[in-house]
Amino acid sequence: MSGAIGTLSVAELGHYALVLALALMLVQSSVPLIGIRWRDERLIAVSGTTPIVGFGFVAIAFAALVAAHVTSDFSVLNVFENSNSAQPLLFKITGVWGNHEGSMLLWVLILSFFGALVAGFGSNLPSALRARALAVQGWIGSAFLIFILLTSNPFARLDPAPLQGRDLNPILQDIGLAIHPPLLYLGYVGFSIAFSFAVAALLEGRTDAAWARWVRPWTLVAWMFLTAGIAMGSYWAYYELGWGGWWFWDPVENASFMPWLAGTALLHSAVVMEKRGALKVWTVLLAILTFSLSLLGTFLVRSGVLTSVHAFATDPTRGVFILAILMLFIGGALALFAIRAPEMKQGGLFAPISREGALVFNNLFLVAAVSTVFVGTLYPLALEALAGDKISVGAPFFHLTFVPLMIPLLLALPFGPLLGWKRGDLLGAAQRLGAAMAAAILAAVATAVATGAKGALAPFGLALGVWILVGSLVDLAERVALFRAPARITLSRLVGLPRSALGTVVAHFGMGVCVLGIVTASAFSTEEIVAMKPGDTVDVGAYTLLFQGNAPATGPNYREERALFVVSRGGKQEFSLAPAKRFYTARQSSTTEAAIKTIGFSQIYLSLGDRMENGAQAVRASYKPLVTLIWLGALVMAFGGALSLSDRRLRVGAPRRAALRKAAEAGA
Amino acid sequence: MTRKQKRLTMIAGAGAVLAVAAALVLFALRDQIVFFYSPTEIAEKTLSPGTRVRLGGLVEDGSVRREDDGSVRFAVTDTAKTVTVEFHGILPDLFREGQGVIAEGTLSADGSVAADSVLAKHDERYMPKEVVDTLKAQGVWQETEGKATQ
Repeated sequence: MSGAIGTLSVAELGHYALVLALALMLVQSSVPLIGIRWRDERLIAVSGTTPIVGFGFVAIAFAALVAAHVTSDFSVLNVFENSNSAQPLLFKITGVWGNHEGSMLLWVLILSFFGALVAGFGSNLPSALRARALAVQGWIGSAFLIFILLTSNPFARLDPAPLQGRDLNPILQDIGLAIHPPLLYLGYVGFSIAFSFAVAALLEGRTDAAWARWVRPWTLVAWMFLTAGIAMGSYWAYYELGWGGWWFWDPVENASFMPWLAGTALLHSAVVMEKRGALKVWTVLLAILTFSLSLLGTFLVRSGVLTSVHAFATDPTRGVFILAILMLFIGGALALFAIRAPEMKQGGLFAPISREGALVFNNLFLVAAVSTVFVGTLYPLALEALAGDKISVGAPFFHLTFVPLMIPLLLALPFGPLLGWKRGDLLGAAQRLGAAMAAAILAAVATAVATGAKGALAPFGLALGVWILVGSLVDLAERVALFRAPARITLSRLVGLPRSALGTVVAHFGMGVCVLGIVTASAFSTEEIVAMKPGDTVDVGAYTLLFQGNAPATGPNYREERALFVVSRGGKQEFSLAPAKRFYTARQSSTTEAAIKTIGFSQIYLSLGDRMENGAQAVRASYKPLVTLIWLGALVMAFGGALSLSDRRLRVGAPRRAALRKAAEAGA
Repeated sequence: MTRKQKRLTMIAGAGAVLAVAAALVLFALRDQIVFFYSPTEIAEKTLSPGTRVRLGGLVEDGSVRREDDGSVRFAVTDTAKTVTVEFHGILPDLFREGQGVIAEGTLSADGSVAADSVLAKHDERYMPKEVVDTLKAQGVWQETEGKATQ
C-alpha cells in the first residue's frame, strides 16, 4: 500500500514519542532524587528541563493522534472506532478524547503540561523541593504512560484498513465535548501538583508558610478549571440528554464533585497555613486526599465498573491496572503521611471564634460532605462486590445527607471573612451582617406570601441564597468602609483592595448566585409531558406553545426530524422553537436535540419523545425560572478564583525576597 | 484555654460533625436505597406493593403500547418471567424493543411497576451491567453482544 506510507509515519511517530516521553518521565522521577542524595546540583538541575521536554514529546504524540483523526486514517483502530469521514472537523478533533485511549492521552498531556509549568515557573522554589515534587509528578506520569502503552495504545493499527469509520457516539457529537473534558482534566489533574508538593514536603519532613504560598496558586488554578468543567458538564447533560435535569447524583458526576469539595477545603485551609502557620499537617493531608479523589474519579470513570456514557472501556485488565495505580499512589502517600506527619511541628494558636476557626468550620463540613458523597458513590459497588446485592443510591440519599451538611456551612459562610485572625468578634460580625439578615428574611417572607406558604423549603432556600449574596457584598462594603468614610477614601480603598480579597468576595457571591439558581429551578419549575398533534397548544409558565408540525432535515452524518413550535405570551407571538430527533446513520442510533430559549435568567426547555401511532408527537415542555444562575454562579466562582490568582502572580517573588532579607539580617 | 483544651474542643467539634454525618448516612442508607430485581426475582420474592424497585431486563418484542395521553406500557422480560411497566414521560433515545432497559419506580398491587424513570443504554454497544448479569443468570447472554467487533 503505497498511499499508507505517509500516514504510517504519523501514527508510529506518535507511538514512538510516547515511549520517549516515558523514558524522560522515568529520568525525571529518579535522577534528581539521586542528585539530592549525592548533593550534586547538576543532577538536581535535571528536573528543570526534563518535564518541559517530556511535555513536548507527549504533545507530539497527542498531535499525531489528532492528525490521524483529522485525516480519517482508519488504519488506526482508535480512529476507525470513533470517527467517520463525514463528521464535521470539530467533532473529528474532539473525537480524539471522546474515547478511552484518547482521553487517557489527554490526561497525561495535561499532567505533563503542569509538570512543565512547575519546571518553567518554579525558579523561585528551593531546588530540592522542586526536584522532589517533580519526581513525584514523574512517578504519576510514568505509571499512566505505562498504562497507556500496555493496555490502551491509541496508535494500534488495523490491517486491512476499513474504508469508513464507525462514527463518534452521537451523544458526544456536540460542542460540549470540546470544552467539558479538557476543563475537567485541567482541574482533576491540576490537583496533582498539590499532591506532589505534599509528598515532597513529607519526604523533606517539614512544611512552612512558604510551602502553602507555593501550593495555593496551583490549587487555585486546578479548582477554577474544575469548577468551570463541572458546570459545563452539568449544562451539557442538561441540554443534550433531553431530560432537563442538571444534576443526577450519578456516580460519574460524584467522581468529579468529590475532588471539587476536597479542593475547596484545601484552598481554605492553605490560607490558614499561609497566613498563620497553623493547620500544616491537615493541609498536607487534604492535598493528598484531593488528588486521591481525582485518581478515584479516574478509576470510577475509566475502569468500566460503572455503566455510563463516560465508561468507554469494558476491558477488565484496564480496571485492574488503574486500581493498582490508585492503590500504589494513595496507599503510598498515606503511609508516608502516617510515618512523617507526627514529626511535623504544629504552629499558630487561635480561638474557636476567629478567621482560622471559621476556616476550620468550613473544612470540617466540606470533609463531612465529601464523606457522605463518597459513601453514596462507593457503597453500591462495595455491596455488590461483597454481598452480591445490587442496589442504587440516588438523589434521595444525597438530599438527606449532603444537603443537611451544606446548610450550616452556607449559613456560616458570610461570617468567615468578617472575623479577625486569632480572635474574632462574633457579635460585631453579626451586627455588620444586619443588612444581609434583613434581606434574607424579606426574601423568605416574600416567597412564602407569593407561593401561598406552601412549605418552608423554598422560602428557606431563597433566603439562604440572598443571605450569601448580600453577605459577600457586606464583606466588600466593610473592606472599603462604604458609608463610614468619605467617598474619596472608599474609592481609593476599592482600588487598593488586594485582588485575593476581591476574589473571595466574588467567589462567595457566585456561591450565592448558584444557590439561588438551584432553589428556584428546583422549587418553581413547571413541566408538561403531553402528546400533541399539529394545532395543539400547551402552556408552560406564562407562555403558550403552539405545535405547527414536523419537518425533516439532513446534516452531514445524520437525518433529523424537527418539530416546529410558535411561542406566544399573552396572545402575542414572540419567537419559535424547533426541537429535533436526530438519527445517526453510521451507528444506527438517535439523539434528542432540545430547543432552549433563554429569557432573562430563565429558560423554556422543549424536547421531543416518540411519535405515536396516531401521528401525535410526545413533547416535554418546561419553564425553568432562573435556571441559568446555577451555571453562571459556578462561572462567577471560577472568576473569583482567577481574580485571587492574579494577586498571587504579583507576589511570585515574595518568598525569595523574604529569604534574602533574612539572610541579610543574619549577615548583619 | 490552654493549647491542650483548645485541641480537645476542636477534636470534639470535629467528632460531633462527623457523627452527625455518619448518622445521616446510616439513616438514608436504610430508607433511601433501591434494590435491583430481575423479573424472575420479582415473581419469586413477595414484595409488598409500594416498594421502590429497579427492574432490569429486555423490552419484550411487540409489547410497547403508547397511549394518547403520552404514557407508555411495555413488558420487561428476562426470558423466564415478564413484568409490565407503566411509564408517563419521554423514553430515552436508545429505548427499543428487544433491548436492555432499567425501569425504576414503585411496585403496584397488580404486580406491575409504575416507573418514574427509564434508562436504556447510552450507546448501542453497551448494555446496563445489571441487565447483562440478569441475562447471564438466565443463560441467554451471548458474549458478543456487549463487545465491539474488532
